Amino acid sequence: MARTLAQKVWQDHVVRSAEGEPDLLYIDLHLIHEVTSPQAFDGLRDAGRPVRRPDLTLATEDHNVPTIDIDKPIADPVSRAQVEALRKNCAEFGVPIYSLGNVEQGIVHVVGPQLGLTQPGMTVVCGDSHTSTHGAFGALAFGIGTSEVEHVLATQTLPLKPFKTMAITVNGSLPAGVSAKDLILAVIAKIGTGGGQGYVLEYRGDAIRALSMEGRMTICNMSIEAGARAGMIAPDETTFAYLEGKERAPKGSEWDAAVAYWKTLQTDADAVFDREVVIEASELSPFVTWGTNPGQGVPLSANVPSPADAVDEVDRIAIENALTYMDLVAGTPMRDVKVDTVFIGSCTNGRIEDLRVAAEVMKGRTVADGMRVLVVPGSVRVRLQAHAEGLDTIFSAAGAEWREAGCSMCLAMNPDMLAPGERSASTSNRNFEGRQGPGGRTHLVSPAVAAATAIVGRLASPADLEK
Amino acid sequence: MEAFTVHTGTAAPLRRSNVDTDQIIPAVYLKRITRHGFEDGLFSAWRKDPDFVLNQPAYQGVTILVAGPDFGTGSSREHAVWALQDFGFKVVISSRFADIFRGNSGKGGLLTAQVDQEVVERLWSLLESDPATPVTVDLAAREIHAGDLVASFDVDDYLRWRLMEGLDDVGITLKSADDITTFEERRPAFLPTTV
Ligand code: SF4
Repeated sequence: MARTLAQKVWQDHVVRSAEGEPDLLYIDLHLIHEVTSPQAFDGLRDAGRPVRRPDLTLATEDHNVPTIDIDKPIADPVSRAQVEALRKNCAEFGVPIYSLGNVEQGIVHVVGPQLGLTQPGMTVVCGDSHTSTHGAFGALAFGIGTSEVEHVLATQTLPLKPFKTMAITVNGSLPAGVSAKDLILAVIAKIGTGGGQGYVLEYRGDAIRALSMEGRMTICNMSIEAGARAGMIAPDETTFAYLEGKERAPKGSEWDAAVAYWKTLQTDADAVFDREVVIEASELSPFVTWGTNPGQGVPLSANVPSPADAVDEVDRIAIENALTYMDLVAGTPMRDVKVDTVFIGSCTNGRIEDLRVAAEVMKGRTVADGMRVLVVPGSVRVRLQAHAEGLDTIFSAAGAEWREAGCSMCLAMNPDMLAPGERSASTSNRNFEGRQGPGGRTHLVSPAVAAATAIVGRLASPADLEK
Repeated sequence: MEAFTVHTGTAAPLRRSNVDTDQIIPAVYLKRITRHGFEDGLFSAWRKDPDFVLNQPAYQGVTILVAGPDFGTGSSREHAVWALQDFGFKVVISSRFADIFRGNSGKGGLLTAQVDQEVVERLWSLLESDPATPVTVDLAAREIHAGDLVASFDVDDYLRWRLMEGLDDVGITLKSADDITTFEERRPAFLPTTV
């Protein structure tokens, strides 16, 4: 029977299947971090169980870690306790960990791919919803809860019911200045934050094929914001070229065997998806959010929507509430929205390619008066690469703060946060109320728009700088 | 997980409906990193009131909670189950439970026994007139015995099986340990490891 990519990966991981029961799926890679793992380890201890495969498990510290003074103890007691618990648990259960100060430390979804640990056809889980990022390699990757973390630690498997599949085909090519982030924000605005519920999304089409691995990770990362369980992109030469030579990628004859297998990981021509969505890339432009969920977005050239544009009563109330929280007036051009903080980073846009784009825009320019700009690399490796390319000097010269690696202002569990009423342009993935600090207001944008906004002081694209 | 067949203990009448997860354990307790020690957070707002049932000397040491309909609505936090267990509860009796809470209880090994509201009312009167009344919850027979009262309760078959076997989710999966090992032997050699 013709199968989709997601179905192929699923079927290659079924340990046990029985009528009327969930399939027992094998997990190839389990990533853990300090926030969602402590109780899972406690559960193992209670039951006297070991971690079945420490060699398929990897821990890193990211959500809570400070991005300055990382050689000093973590000031916040809750954050410190979580990080210390992770270190202790990893030592006790033999799980490898990249702690603060280690060259491999960073955001869990940046670290896996850059080590070459995330490979096509694998199953990857983590107690974090943005695990969908790893789907960019053609892996089936999804977030799990703490009791599932315990389950995977103990058994290296998960009982799961099959997901539905949705094809998102992006035809044509993206216009100049339009990035993967703009594309995924437009997709979410189109299908809605619940549009992907219960589905694994497969992104296909020429515009997807043309994306780098970094761009593909940005796309898959935000699948969860459309409500989807996971996002996937079939592996191709771009994927193989990214992986070749990476530390944990196969070598020699194993590389050949792996590539031969990876090439089979394509949706069959006559496979049927449960739902299909088609998007024309040429119609897209830089995209920004105006509201309090990632689906509330418009082109940068558009105006703040009005409750009068609502499709129904529920939508009308949602728009009204969002405008109130965001302190925006319907009809205001998005380009007139003044911003006081810019955050460039996160597992969505904290990779070297993102920093290059931002640096290119900020080079030789100075950030607007009173503007606070945080540039936070997604991992120590990204940070070192940026140093090697002199990007840090560009950011600092422009007046931006160049920080250590971590999640930082993406979720503000560390000291990097918005004050009440502050407004950010952020390359992260969630603009929920209070996400970047209580009372803070977030506009989700691409790295290029974030950098241009930092210079102009209002939401802007690089094209606005040349005028 | 401890196997559950029959439990006998004293019970507390909680004359409230719609006890949500924020009332069972407020969000501030979710910052903790342990799996145990949530007993201080259980019903923390109500426990500031000396008259609250669990503060009364007559109801110390109870292991069964008898609550009104729609117990456990709200968020999916598993901490609600842990807090009840850490406090010493083995069984919650109610006329209706929120689905997610019921699912989480099963995972944690806390029995949620669903009865008619009329049974809840009778238990409340009984426990208020004589707090020392022993209550027996017989999972094998699906019956509650207290004083003269004998009432059957509703519990999902699968949940009943796993509670009686003392199996948590991991325990159930580990019954397939041989299948997992066989699968591992077949995994391609090119797959990466983290060490
Ligand atoms: S960067 Fe943000 S979204 Fe990504 S893992 Fe960290 S907190 Fe989660």
